[in-house]
Amino acid sequence: MNWRAVKAIVRKDLTVVARSRGVLLPLILVPAIILVVLPALVVLAPTATGLPTTSLDDMERFMAAMPPGLQAKLAGLDDAQRWTVLALVYFLAPLYLIIPLMVSSVIAADSFAGEKERKTLEALLYTPTTDGELFLGKLLSAWLPAVGVALGGFVLYGLVANLTAWPVMGRLLFPNGMWLVLVIWVTPAVAGLGLGTMVLISGRVRGFQEAYQLGGAVVLPLVLLVVGQAAGVLYFSTGLVLLLGLLLWGVDAALLWWGKRTFRRGELIARL
Amino acid sequence: MQPVIQTHNLTRRFGGTVAVDGLTLEVYAGEVFGFLGHNGAGKTTTVRLLNGVLLPSSGSARVLDLDPVKDGPALRRRVGVLPETPSLDERLTARENLLLYADLYGVPADQVPRRIEALLEIFELTDRADDLVGGYSKGMKQRLALARALLHEPELLFLDEPTAGLDPMAARRVRGMIARLSRETGRTVFLCTHNLAEAQRLCDRVAVLEHGRLLAVGTPAELAHRLWRGLCLEVELVPATAPTALDLLRRVSQDGEVEWREPVAIVRLPDREAIPDLVTALVEAGVRLYRVTPQEPTLEDVYFALHGGEEVLT
Repeated sequence: MNWRAVKAIVRKDLTVVARSRGVLLPLILVPAIILVVLPALVVLAPTATGLPTTSLDDMERFMAAMPPGLQAKLAGLDDAQRWTVLALVYFLAPLYLIIPLMVSSVIAADSFAGEKERKTLEALLYTPTTDGELFLGKLLSAWLPAVGVALGGFVLYGLVANLTAWPVMGRLLFPNGMWLVLVIWVTPAVAGLGLGTMVLISGRVRGFQEAYQLGGAVVLPLVLLVVGQAAGVLYFSTGLVLLLGLLLWGVDAALLWWGKRTFRRGELIARL
Repeated sequence: MQPVIQTHNLTRRFGGTVAVDGLTLEVYAGEVFGFLGHNGAGKTTTVRLLNGVLLPSSGSARVLDLDPVKDGPALRRRVGVLPETPSLDERLTARENLLLYADLYGVPADQVPRRIEALLEIFELTDRADDLVGGYSKGMKQRLALARALLHEPELLFLDEPTAGLDPMAARRVRGMIARLSRETGRTVFLCTHNLAEAQRLCDRVAVLEHGRLLAVGTPAELAHRLWRGLCLEVELVPATAPTALDLLRRVSQDGEVEWREPVAIVRLPDREAIPDLVTALVEAGVRLYRVTPQEPTLEDVYFALHGGEEVLT
């Protein structure tokens, strides 16, 4: 493996992304909304406006609909504390996963489909780098920043969550064991999911925008997780998160195996 | 002489379309070899096949004594390619583009800065080296792409339509650089073009391609000789003496015909040696002349004769 070539591809792709406002903007805005604006709104808005989030009866009904495991975790807390823990620890967890998914999708769309659109792929294919080295370079250029942004986001979210929850909880709330598993085990797999999907899509589209729009569908399973939690069908227990990670790693392996099979010079250049 | 490129019945199909059809040719070390053909004749596909970027449907090739199918990476390390579009990253500067390809081609790290500076200097890009390539003119992009193709000091250079889309001044500069490259470094150059004047000026030998098939290969003079016997001569006359002159010219003409485009008569002679006797005869007959000019067929004449189907040579 020619690591110098792999590193050069990663460096080039990241420089190009950093200089594209259209690509960079969602990479800054979406994490800022999910990790700062949303938690602050969810916890601070009721206090700031003086309005209760729900009536006592509503809260009781809502809690009764939650899975027993979650009810046990929230036992002994008052309503405001229950709402804070529910929102910051559980409901926002699947939303957090949108960040690695989105970052890897955007960068992979720019790296794979965007390269084709900008007509910069042909010169790369004439270099001595092997198909494997090119593929690995392109994967890492999307996967590394996705994981990096998610880890940085986790630290930021920890600060925001603890700061906003402190007046209600009177103690540090974040992170718990489930979140650590989510960040270490599931986040890299989610980044791989966005990446693998985009690799498959990019071969069949003409440019970045088309790839990004088509690839947006991959966020649907995460939306289902958000809805599932809110409806009380499931909750982000450590066991569920471990299982989710395992499932995602399996899907990643299949997607990347298939992507590697289709990432061949002859096929890529014939589509230019 | 040692061939640098050898192909034998090289063929590439895309579905039902044959892009390259049984191509057999040899290119020798140190020559500038012109690969001529209309758009879609199969020139770019041939370059891709010879670099192991595209696999052939049948037939074989050897480039620098390597098999492009089996030895693609090793071959591409020794070959430079200027693709049809410059294929430069416009969100990088010229220097960053060259640095990227220095890493991809494995240029020794201690030599990278020196080579980049030298190429920027040669291609007159030093002043704009740290500007984003997106702001470059077409000519500057083409010069940068040529610099990139030379960065790893390749033994063989493929240039695919190097002056396409350039204004006359930019095209002239790029052509000058290609001529210098071949003259000063002795590099073998495989030049794909449909610009016949460019090929005439730069190439030692040419191959003419049509619908993926090789129509002819040789020096422009060899091809002309194979197409037309004899020599064309233009004789500009004082019109009053034209009837006498035309009569005499018809008698010496190789095919018995004279084309009269007043005041110029065009006649075909067996060879150059017939010119002095003809001039003497005309003067002795009282014909008054302004000029007598032998006409060598241009590559353009050859090209259109081949495509017009006057004669198919292999």
